[in-house]
Amino acid sequence: MNLDFSEEQKALKDHVRRFLSDRCPPAAVRAVLEGPQPFDRDLYAGLAELGVLGTAIPQEYGGTGLGPLDLCVVAEELGRALAPVPVSSSIYLAAEFLLQAGSEAQKKAWLPKLASGAAIGTFAFVEGQGRMTPDKVRAAVTDGKLSGLKSPVPDGDVADVAIVAARSRSGRDAGGISLYLVKLDGPGVTREALQTIDPTRSQAKVSFDGAPAELLGGEGDGWHIATQVMDRAAILMAFEQVGGSDRALEMARDYAVERMAFGRPIGSFQAIKHMVADMYVAATLARSNCFYAAWALSSGAAELPVAAATARVSATTAFQQCAKNNIQVHGGMGFTWAFDCHLFYRRSNALALALGSLSTWESLLIERMSARNTGEAA
Amino acid sequence: MDFEDTPQEAAFRTRARAWIEANAPKHLAPELKRASFGSSAVTSEDPLKAAKAWQKKKAEGGWACLHWPKEYGGAGCTPIERVIWNQEEGIYGALTGPFIIGQGMCGPTVMAWAAEEHKRRLLPPLASGEEIWCQLFSEPAGGSDLAGLRTRAVPADDGSGDWIVNGQKIWTSGAQHSDWGLLITRTDPDVPKHKGLTMFFLSMKTPGVEVRPIKQANGQSGFNEVYFTDVRIPDSQRLGPVGKGWEVSLTTLMNERLSIGAGMSTFFPELFRMCLETEVEGRPAVDDPAVRSKLAQFAVRQSGLRYTGMRAITALSKGETPGPENSIGKLVAGATMQELATFALDLQGQAGVVWDSTSPQEGRFQALLMRSPATRIEGGSDEILRNIIGERVLGLPGDIRVDKDVAFKDIPTSGRAKKGGKA
Repeated sequence: MNLDFSEEQKALKDHVRRFLSDRCPPAAVRAVLEGPQPFDRDLYAGLAELGVLGTAIPQEYGGTGLGPLDLCVVAEELGRALAPVPVSSSIYLAAEFLLQAGSEAQKKAWLPKLASGAAIGTFAFVEGQGRMTPDKVRAAVTDGKLSGLKSPVPDGDVADVAIVAARSRSGRDAGGISLYLVKLDGPGVTREALQTIDPTRSQAKVSFDGAPAELLGGEGDGWHIATQVMDRAAILMAFEQVGGSDRALEMARDYAVERMAFGRPIGSFQAIKHMVADMYVAATLARSNCFYAAWALSSGAAELPVAAATARVSATTAFQQCAKNNIQVHGGMGFTWAFDCHLFYRRSNALALALGSLSTWESLLIERMSARNTGEAA
Repeated sequence: MDFEDTPQEAAFRTRARAWIEANAPKHLAPELKRASFGSSAVTSEDPLKAAKAWQKKKAEGGWACLHWPKEYGGAGCTPIERVIWNQEEGIYGALTGPFIIGQGMCGPTVMAWAAEEHKRRLLPPLASGEEIWCQLFSEPAGGSDLAGLRTRAVPADDGSGDWIVNGQKIWTSGAQHSDWGLLITRTDPDVPKHKGLTMFFLSMKTPGVEVRPIKQANGQSGFNEVYFTDVRIPDSQRLGPVGKGWEVSLTTLMNERLSIGAGMSTFFPELFRMCLETEVEGRPAVDDPAVRSKLAQFAVRQSGLRYTGMRAITALSKGETPGPENSIGKLVAGATMQELATFALDLQGQAGVVWDSTSPQEGRFQALLMRSPATRIEGGSDEILRNIIGERVLGLPGDIRVDKDVAFKDIPTSGRAKKGGKA
């Protein structure tokens, strides 16, 4: 038994951290928050050049072919730095859909571009409020033309291509859902950036009106493939959340050491100390659950669906707790625009909803454990 | 990153499994499976005898105190092999209860501080379960504030070099069965509290030692009060230098958190099983969204503890020393089992008040509800553990201490007003 990353993976993590501390300081995150750019193009190009985007993409498709564990350590660093780039949409989701279900021609056409950053991909899934269930998928494809409305689509305003979940036959069941590759700069597509709680990762409303759509994977397999890919993406997202949790915890700790009140550092008060200790506990449990999920991801274990939901629930809970209490430890200063606390608060709450909200993943976890008819999996 | 056994680990597992299969007390299996937290696992025979019999058998087979050196009754195994053994021992591990404190805390302290001849005398029978140890630390006036303890050891006035001990200890688990005790005393009240302590070990049969069981809030009596009246201890039974008892105690306390927290179950699998079997409005409880949300949060805490433990073992096997971060285990497990028990009774509805053999899982959750408050206090309260995480893991500043640099005898206490104070 060895529940740890390898020395090479730790070296990669350090390397990415150094790169991001140089190229993605809080000022870079703020530039996207406050400015007109939907994401940091220079940073994204730099990550592509570093080979980070192609970490888990095989060499034959333009990646570096390292693997999912390496992508996990990269994700943690992206989360820690709050990197304002569309990696989750393009790499955790679009590239993963192509790898899991794409034809050889589709992989050859798109994976090298996603790995080099020449193109950005995303997954267009959500329609309306609440947990996404098969009956909510109304977008439909007839004779190779897609019509419908997807919103919010992560990075939908900047993506070149989307994997779209749509009906290949009428009805409300999962079996009528297929996946399609759709070029977003082609005909029949209009999109509009949305205002959100976290502008450092953009979201868009994407309308399709007879847009050319190319089947990805088997007809009727869309829901099944999407579930598998979202499980894999959830693990990577959980690593981003763990990275964010750790940084928010460090900020709170540092402030509690520096800030004096009543003639003493506020970290010497147990009300503050215990709050910070609880942040550490949540972040540590989340990290351990993520290690377990990383193992499942890399080994293709049968536990992957349970492990993914476990990591996701744990990491969402931890990041939300760390980000909100980081503001609390900072007091009034934590609620100013000038302090960085709100950047973490925004991201923690946005990531909590990406790929399905906390209550959705809580439910998925228990559904999956019930299906295995055991509480032992946890 | 893997959960696979190496060839050597697999061979160890096979040997352990075969030995357990051939030697375990299988007639006790049904009641061990039903056992709940805070009650004796075995009721059909004397639980202490059953525990000693299994431990002796393990010792004879070379499976006792696996991680201890062979010369002290152990097997010189790696941390991973110890984990494998625990996995294979399974329900029979519940029989090791009476030895946890001795083997987990007192043993390592003796190993670190005692003279070689004492180690060779004391450790093998501790490993084999022939002798049981208790830890005589907490006092009525010093629990979380352990260094505030008042049990006094003074040099005998006959020039023998012996020490004479008077005072009272409390919350001593298993003192009624113990052969030996690890005892921390105050030898100098004129210096600040941490500096005037000295550690000893003594036979619990020494004249002047009196053990009185405490009836606990859950009706059981696992803890005791221990009174010392003019108890004479030879200086050769001192562990560490005079005045360094606090440093010696830290060896014990860190091992305590390791052995209490490591691999603690929060009873999640049992709760999950109950939720598969219990109905809410005509459907299994696991189908209810509110139940799912609660269960999911318990599930991720249980698995988080499990994999935090595995990360600690991985670090240990790479030669790293376990540190204060291990405080997380008991902190999370204690609070979780209390919340979990409360939730289990809630799902049972008004019938949850009933605690008898007709209750789901024979009243396991009622027993857990009634025992779990102690878990949040024993071996370092939740609050002390948060201080340890805050100060020793995260580096936050300590609280301002009014008793720092004050001679112990001048520290105000509940029964003793500050000298010259308004009281």
